[in-house]
Amino acid sequence: MDITVQEFKHCDMIAVKGRVDSATAPQLAQALEAANDGGKYKLVVNMSELEYMSSAGFRALLAAQRNSKRYNRGEVVLASVPARIREALELAGFTELFKTFDDPLQAVGHF
Amino acid sequence: MKSVQFAAKFEYLDEIRDFVGEVARAGGFSDKDVYNIQLATDEAASNIIEHAYENQPDGVLELSCGMMGDTITIILIDRGESFDPSEIPLPDLKADLSDRKIGGLGIFLMRKLMDEVHYEPKPDKSNVLTMIKHKR
Repeated sequence: MDITVQEFKHCDMIAVKGRVDSATAPQLAQALEAANDGGKYKLVVNMSELEYMSSAGFRALLAAQRNSKRYNRGEVVLASVPARIREALELAGFTELFKTFDDPLQAVGHF
Repeated sequence: MKSVQFAAKFEYLDEIRDFVGEVARAGGFSDKDVYNIQLATDEAASNIIEHAYENQPDGVLELSCGMMGDTITIILIDRGESFDPSEIPLPDLKADLSDRKIGGLGIFLMRKLMDEVHYEPKPDKSNVLTMIKHKR
């Protein structure tokens, strides 16, 4: 798994590549926490190059959504969610907790 | 049925997914089903590593996988703490963000993604988890 952070005027984009499972989810959680700790509560998680995500990754996203929404207009949104991962998120009832966008820049424009 | 043993550590989840993925793909499952079989197996193995072997870093996870006709069978055996999956509450998928519980999601996904999930603690202190999926 590989994480890159890009700062935009009104939000940060966190691009997650590769596979997120119980072994790698703590790194994702850490990156999301670091953004929150740095005062960034408007976050786009770009999944365009994400191959796999287990419930360990879902939990990291849930924690970040909770933490971000505590602040004024803070929110985590998901962009370019691959079909397989979207199906699993739907099964877990997570699609109701996150706005999703087909295109990362469209997600950036949301903020 | 092919079998392989793994140290009960998260770092082997990649290999665990590859192992069942190869059997499922060779058995003619669709890409979508292969992904879901790998996800269910990952969730099962993660639960064993995290909960059954919580305090035993030298735990061993035995994984067997094979096709019979149109059916894939995946068996995970551990010697950690037993648990009764029926006692794990199902997650409330309609709960608000603040009320959403993070536990139980793995077991929920296993049940949704596979056709059958059985768990059996054996008298020899091993726990046998069997998951079955049929080709559509």
